[in-house]
Parts: sequence; structure tokens; C-alpha cells
Amino acid sequence: MQKRITTPLTIEKVEELKAGDSVLLTGYIYTARDAAHKRLVELLEKGEDLPFDIENQIIYYVGPTPAKEGMPIGSAGPTTSYRMDPYTPKLLDKGLKGMIGKGKRSDEVVESMKKNKAIYFAAIGGAAALTAKCVKSSELIAYEDLGAEAIRRLYVEDLPLIVVIDSNGNNYYSIGQEEYKNSLK
Amino acid sequence: MREIHVNQITETIKQLCMDANYYLSEDIKNRFNEYKEKETSKLGKEILDILIENSKIAENEKMPMCQDTGMAVVFLEIGQDVHITGGNLEDAINEGVRQGYTEGYLRKSVVRDPLDRINTKDNTPAIIHYQIVPGDKIKITVAPKGFGSENMSKLKMLKPADGVEGVKRFVLETVKEAGPNPCPPIIVGVGIGGTFEKSAYLAKKALLRKIDKRNENPFYAKLEEELLDEINKLGIGPQGFGGLTTCLGVNIEVFATHIAGLPVAVNINCHATRHKEAII
Ligand code: SF4
Repeated sequence: MQKRITTPLTIEKVEELKAGDSVLLTGYIYTARDAAHKRLVELLEKGEDLPFDIENQIIYYVGPTPAKEGMPIGSAGPTTSYRMDPYTPKLLDKGLKGMIGKGKRSDEVVESMKKNKAIYFAAIGGAAALTAKCVKSSELIAYEDLGAEAIRRLYVEDLPLIVVIDSNGNNYYSIGQEEYKNSLK
Repeated sequence: MREIHVNQITETIKQLCMDANYYLSEDIKNRFNEYKEKETSKLGKEILDILIENSKIAENEKMPMCQDTGMAVVFLEIGQDVHITGGNLEDAINEGVRQGYTEGYLRKSVVRDPLDRINTKDNTPAIIHYQIVPGDKIKITVAPKGFGSENMSKLKMLKPADGVEGVKRFVLETVKEAGPNPCPPIIVGVGIGGTFEKSAYLAKKALLRKIDKRNENPFYAKLEEELLDEINKLGIGPQGFGGLTTCLGVNIEVFATHIAGLPVAVNINCHATRHKEAII
């Protein structure tokens, strides 16, 4: 069964989500990948404000292709998340509640997710043309010089996601693979 | 001596960059459908459906199938009876990439220096592999390579005593460690033999072969099939959520090597394995 979720991602919504859930997400989310993460954390280290209020928000690890005229965005699938791991706990401590990417996370990130009650979602890696269809608007927020890596606020409608790691640290990559192997026995 | 103007090379490469990113090749589409029938994980089946749907949208709307439109890897087989006129060949190739990535709305993912990391904003330079062959034609292959999967690739100098079992172990280890990161289902290119750099080149070259075509040497053809089978017993499944379909195809290329060595390179590619070719 698919759960419908809207942003902002409040603690009540976080607690409803369990590893393995299929989710359709609607609302505003923020894009950021390697270079933007580096800058966000540098701001935090200097004690400065972030370019957007991160409390209860979701960051999507994506560097889209350029939008054609009349379209809000180009192809927009997830990038591999582990490269953001060194920066993630600092953002979670600041109130970030959800991340969308693909692939494994470090133990430090999982611990910080449990502590801060956050969710890690996977979008379907490589299904970037299809994902683009769910993006209804896109607005530049910061770091235009980074091109595809700039921070944008996207409005998404029914973006299909899977909960990989829930706020208790359950990991669907391990659970799903275990379940599959058991189904063969 | 046949003359070919550099403009023709630029034009061809520009088109190939776009086509490779918009149109998933038939061999991969066919494998998607075959595995959809065989997949027993419900979520796995759904994901394969989504990937099939994605390739249709990309094709119909001339949109990149994946946002990581890659670093452009260009292979040129240049006939020795060709005379290239009108300018510098390398510039012509990069101009083709520049135009293809700009006019085709493809992502610019290249930084000019691995440590200062300033984006070149036109996806150049390309990685270029030249080969001189008999004849008076040029065969151009453009293979945009995404780095989610490139980052999961590995090279190891095995001992001759490790033999075929050692090769298999290394391939399986590499795929297992990659897990969900390279967007499974993946395609695996394996280069065995040569020197350190030759094995990496062979692995990359292996990815250019259609996945429904086996190595001409029956021994390696069988090894390709065995590896595919064993990878698909790992249970990683589509996107790493468990299932049969971890890998759609394994291609192996080999070359002579030194009495003291057994280099093996494993180049991981994702379901968005892109390559398009033209002969001019
Ligand atoms: S690994 Fe392949 S499918 Fe996944 S994001 Fe990279 S290029 Fe796209």
C-alpha cells in the first residue's frame, strides 16, 4: 500500500513511516548535492544562517539536466547519497527531517537519524525522465554559480519514493534482501 | 587516401551524444522485459516497470533517460587510409561534445581539475580512445558514463595462481560491495589480462558490446553466463531492495598478459548503459 505524505515532514509523519513503505510525496523539497552540502556546512561552522529554513524539511540529492523551455526541470533522478554522509549529521542536528537519494549511508548518519528522528528515502535511480514529471515548479534558492548543483526549491506532486531507513534505524536494503533470500528457501 | 573533414566528425559526435542519452538500446529493453517475467520480488517487478516506462518517456520526449548524462567517452577507430582535414581532430571531438551537451539539454558534469573542481560548463574534455585500423572509414562510438556506477568499479592485480576462481571471486566481491549504489540492475564489463591500464581499457570496451552477444571464445562466453548467474544469486535485486534482477549482462574482454600477472578490471555500469555508434 502506498502512503501519501506531504511536506513539511513533522515528527508525527516521521513516526508513521517504516522501512519498506512505498510513499507518494507532495510538497516543497530542496535540492542539494556535493558542492552545496560543503557550502551549507561551512556556513554552519561559521555560525551563519542557511539560505533556507531547514527545520522539518527534505533535501533531495539531485543535479538535474537543464530544463527545456516551458518545463520546470530536466531529468531529475537521485544521485548516490554516501558522498553527502560527512555533512549530513550537522544538517540533521539543525532540524533536517528527510533525505532523498539512493544507496547506502554511513553508521554515523544512521545514528544521527535515530537521534534526530529523520527518514532516508530512495527515489528510483536512473528513472530520471519519469521523476521529472512529478516536479511542478522549480525556484532557485542559492548558489547559482554551481549550475546543476545549485540549491532549488521544487514543488513535487506524488513523487514515488521508498523508505529505506526509518527513524528507528531499520534499513530496507538489508531487510528486503533478507526477505528475498528467505522467499527462495 | 580518403579525406574526411573535421566538421563531419564534430557533427556526428554531437548527434551521438544526444541519441545515446535519449534512446535506450534494444538489447537492454529486451532484457528488462525478460527479467520482469522472471523476477519474484513484487517491488522488484514494480521497479523494472518504472524503468521501462522511464525509457519510453525519455524516447518520446527526447529527454535524457538519466540526469547523470555522464562524462563523454569517445572511441575512434580510424582507417589508416583516411586523411583528416580542416583542423585538429581532438578539438573537433570536443566541439562535438560541447554542442551535443549544450543543444541537447544534457547535464554538464565535468570539472577541469580533479582537486580544484571548477566545472568546465560544457562537459568537455571528453575521454578519447584512438585506434588505427585498416580501411578508409572512421567508426565513432560515444559512450556517456555516469559516475554512480563508475565509482563502484575496481581493478586488482591478481596472482596467476588465483586463476579463473580468483577472477570470479573478485567480480562478485565488487558487485556485492557496490550493492544499491550503482542503480541495479547493472551491467558488468570485465577486462582480464594485458597490463594495469590495458585491463581497465578492456573492461570499458566490454561495455560497448550488446549484452545479448557473448564473447567469441566459448570459454569466456561460458564464464560470462556463469558470472551473470552467480551475480543474480546475490539477492541484491532492483535498486538493492532484494530480488533476482541484480545484473542484466556480463561482458568480458581479454588480452595477452605477462608470465607474472593476472590483471582484472571490473567496470560497473548501470541499466542506463549508453553507447551509440556511427561509421563515416
Ligand atoms: S548510476 Fe547510472 S542510472 Fe544511476 S544515476 Fe548514475 S548514470 Fe544514472
